[in-house]
Amino acid sequence: MAHFTKATSIKDWLNQRLAIEKVEKVMMSEYWIPKNINFLWAMGMVLVITFALLLVSGIFLLMYYQPNVNTAFDSVNYTIMREVDFGWLWRHVHGVAASVVFLIIYIHMFTGIYYGSYKKGREMIWISGMLLFVAFSAEAFSGYMLPWGQMSYWAGMVITNLFAGGSLHADGLVEWIRGDYVPAQAFLTRFFMLHVLLIPVAIMGLIGLHFGALRIPHVNNQDGEDIDFDVEADKYLKGDKAGSKVIRFANDFMAKDMMVVAFYLVFFFYLVFYHYGFAMDAVNFDPADGLKTPAHIYPEWYFLWSYEILRPFSTDIGLMAFAFAQVIFIMLPFLDRSPNTVPASRRGLFKYWFWAMLVDMIVLTAMGKLPPEGIFSTIGLVAALTFIGLWILLPIITMMEKKA
Amino acid sequence: MKNKEPLILVVVIIFTLVTYYLVEPFAHSQMHKHVESEHFAYADLPAPTKTGDVARGQELVLGAAACTGCHGIEAAGMPAPMDAVTAAASYGVNPPDLSNAGLVYDAKFLTDLIKNPAHALMVEHKFDINKGQMHPMVPFYGAGGDMDQEVADMVAYLVSIAPKAEDLTPAMAFETACGRCHAVHYEKWTQIGSKPMFKKKQDELAFDTQVLDYQDSLKAYMGKLPPDLSMYIRSRGEHFISTFVENPQNYLAGTAMPRVGVTAESAEKVIEYLEDSGDTKRHERESIGVNVMLYMLIFVIFAILWKKQVWRDLH
Ligand code: HEC
Ligand code: HEC
Ligand code: HEM
Repeated sequence: MAHFTKATSIKDWLNQRLAIEKVEKVMMSEYWIPKNINFLWAMGMVLVITFALLLVSGIFLLMYYQPNVNTAFDSVNYTIMREVDFGWLWRHVHGVAASVVFLIIYIHMFTGIYYGSYKKGREMIWISGMLLFVAFSAEAFSGYMLPWGQMSYWAGMVITNLFAGGSLHADGLVEWIRGDYVPAQAFLTRFFMLHVLLIPVAIMGLIGLHFGALRIPHVNNQDGEDIDFDVEADKYLKGDKAGSKVIRFANDFMAKDMMVVAFYLVFFFYLVFYHYGFAMDAVNFDPADGLKTPAHIYPEWYFLWSYEILRPFSTDIGLMAFAFAQVIFIMLPFLDRSPNTVPASRRGLFKYWFWAMLVDMIVLTAMGKLPPEGIFSTIGLVAALTFIGLWILLPIITMMEKKA
Repeated sequence: MKNKEPLILVVVIIFTLVTYYLVEPFAHSQMHKHVESEHFAYADLPAPTKTGDVARGQELVLGAAACTGCHGIEAAGMPAPMDAVTAAASYGVNPPDLSNAGLVYDAKFLTDLIKNPAHALMVEHKFDINKGQMHPMVPFYGAGGDMDQEVADMVAYLVSIAPKAEDLTPAMAFETACGRCHAVHYEKWTQIGSKPMFKKKQDELAFDTQVLDYQDSLKAYMGKLPPDLSMYIRSRGEHFISTFVENPQNYLAGTAMPRVGVTAESAEKVIEYLEDSGDTKRHERESIGVNVMLYMLIFVIFAILWKKQVWRDLH
């Protein structure tokens, strides 16, 4: 049995029972971070803060939202926006955060790709990250159903239709997902459940896994340097802070994280108060009407690139391309055959691959929103083929890569 | 090693802005028709040539022109000849009370309206006299004198009884110009008037029944029920609504919604009414926004200072 002595202080009392000093070391003061990382490595913390904003604002919204097809729209647009004190503020915070979180996720992902942070022991960080991406996507989609506006209804219709699998005609599956032939009460209630319970819980679990996956390999650095963390930590603890290549997570790196977070919050609240339109689509301020199809149905901006991979092809091929796009990023650590964990700028052809992929995804995003007519659908088709081609090329060009 | 952070930041910002530009301003410019405002000039209508005489106008409006056979004029002590539901059953829609007409509607427009309602309202595609389709508002054929003079007199009379411009409230503008067709249930407005609070459920049901009866007539007249405008300021935005009101045919060719003929000032009041309905907290948002931004800037300063202090001996 463990040995307990009379506590000398509250801290000591807790320490005997919870080993708080040890925990503090493992998680904060002796969690070693390379010194040579730039502000892009603060994006993880920015994501944590944005998730916290989503959680808190969501809890406030949940107190007045009504998951009923007859009252949902007014509970949001009348009760929350007009009646409840600061209801409008929570709604704008929630809506803007849900959109901005994807901007930061994409920056975070492309940072990982650029610096090769998904290799050599960091595969689980990447995989858990991609699972977070999937979970956030599901969270965003289910949340978008809740105001029961025109876009909720019609995007819900279009996206659930994908599960029919084209000529597989799995209409039974679509009905099973909807709980009805068309999006209706059963549909709204289950997406409500997913949005406020199941997916948030999964996200919190996945964030835990993501952080756990970081602990052993440590984060990468901007110079592709192979740091011996034990030696460098020793140097730091002996007092050579300036000479050591590592720093403590707290307070050292956290001070920088917080500085980036502060700048980010200025940007974030600017959007919340003065430029929220991009995050709250105008069409969704018309109440859902199953008899009136909107002129243009498009998903939120962060889904556009994968939507555009679906669109330019015939139904079956489009669905296959779409399924490919959904899973392929998770395979990145295994498709990149090069042993080099260095910035893309020092990796031969991969350097071009990186920028080509980034530009291609932006082109796909733009074309995904534009009406699929004339030149836009041609550009969309080329960009979708480029996307697939780039992934086929990846193992080849990385195999050819010289050891850096 | 030189500091690459500024360069990285610039790259991140450029890619973000390009993406934003493509999916927002650019995509919307491609998806939606853009109509420039005509500043409510009604350039297609002739300018009135005569100066009206108020007293003559009063005689005509209440007498020979028979306006009050269909319209109430509360300001002149003339109640509506029929209640809204009965009026809608006869005309398809309740002719609006004319007390504010001289202020809410453009004078040029009123002049044309009195002579040829279907023309001024831009609904000639629905009401073609040659095909025997009469507009429910009968044109004024003259009272025996100079018709242009008579019309100018009536317009002068309507202007004379209208409230002063500074007394026009958003609700007055909306109710006169749009209220007979559009409900705004966030402002408790129905096509037959504001919905009061009822003590007895029976009374409320009776009121709702009247609204439904009215809406049936309106639907038959318009071909569809005009939409509830509660959230239209967010779903369509100010520019769309004001250019749409100026000339609905610009956006929806062949639509049954008439050109209402409001002045630029009343259009602003109508927009304000719709903002009160669908963007009620905009003033609060702006004032709190300033405070939050100031607070965040102070937070930035402290965050920078803390970072500098912690990192002093790390370099
Ligand atoms: C036979 C009944 C009738 C008579 C007579 C009549 N009106 Fe009307 N008036 C209507 C109806 C019905 C409407 C609504 C038409 C609609 O909304 O489609 C209307 C609408 C109007 C409007 C609002 C137009 C707008 O832009 O929305 C004005 C102003 C008006 N009438 C003024 C007059 C004046 C002035 C006279 C007398 C010269 C007159 N009316 C005589 C039936 C009548
Ligand atoms: C005589 C009846 C009538 C009056 C008066 C009227 N409207 Fe309408 N309005 C309609 C009808 C009918 C429609 C539906 C048009 C359609 O879909 O073709 C409509 C549609 C609209 C729309 C939606 C257009 C869209 O994008 O689908 C707006 C906005 C609107 N009206 C604003 C106004 C405003 C503001 C006023 C007052 C200044 C007004 N209306 C006065 C009948 C009317
Ligand atoms: C939205 C949920 C997410 C949260 C809260 C989160 C949080 C974090 C945090 C705090 C870090 C450490 C600091 C940093 O390097 O930024 C990190 C690292 C990392 N994350 Fe995420 N992340 C999320 C999503 C993702 C996604 C979608 C991916 C991509 C698949 C991803 C991939 C990575 C990688 C590869 C690293 C290691 C970076 C390195 O070693 O240099 N994360 N994440």
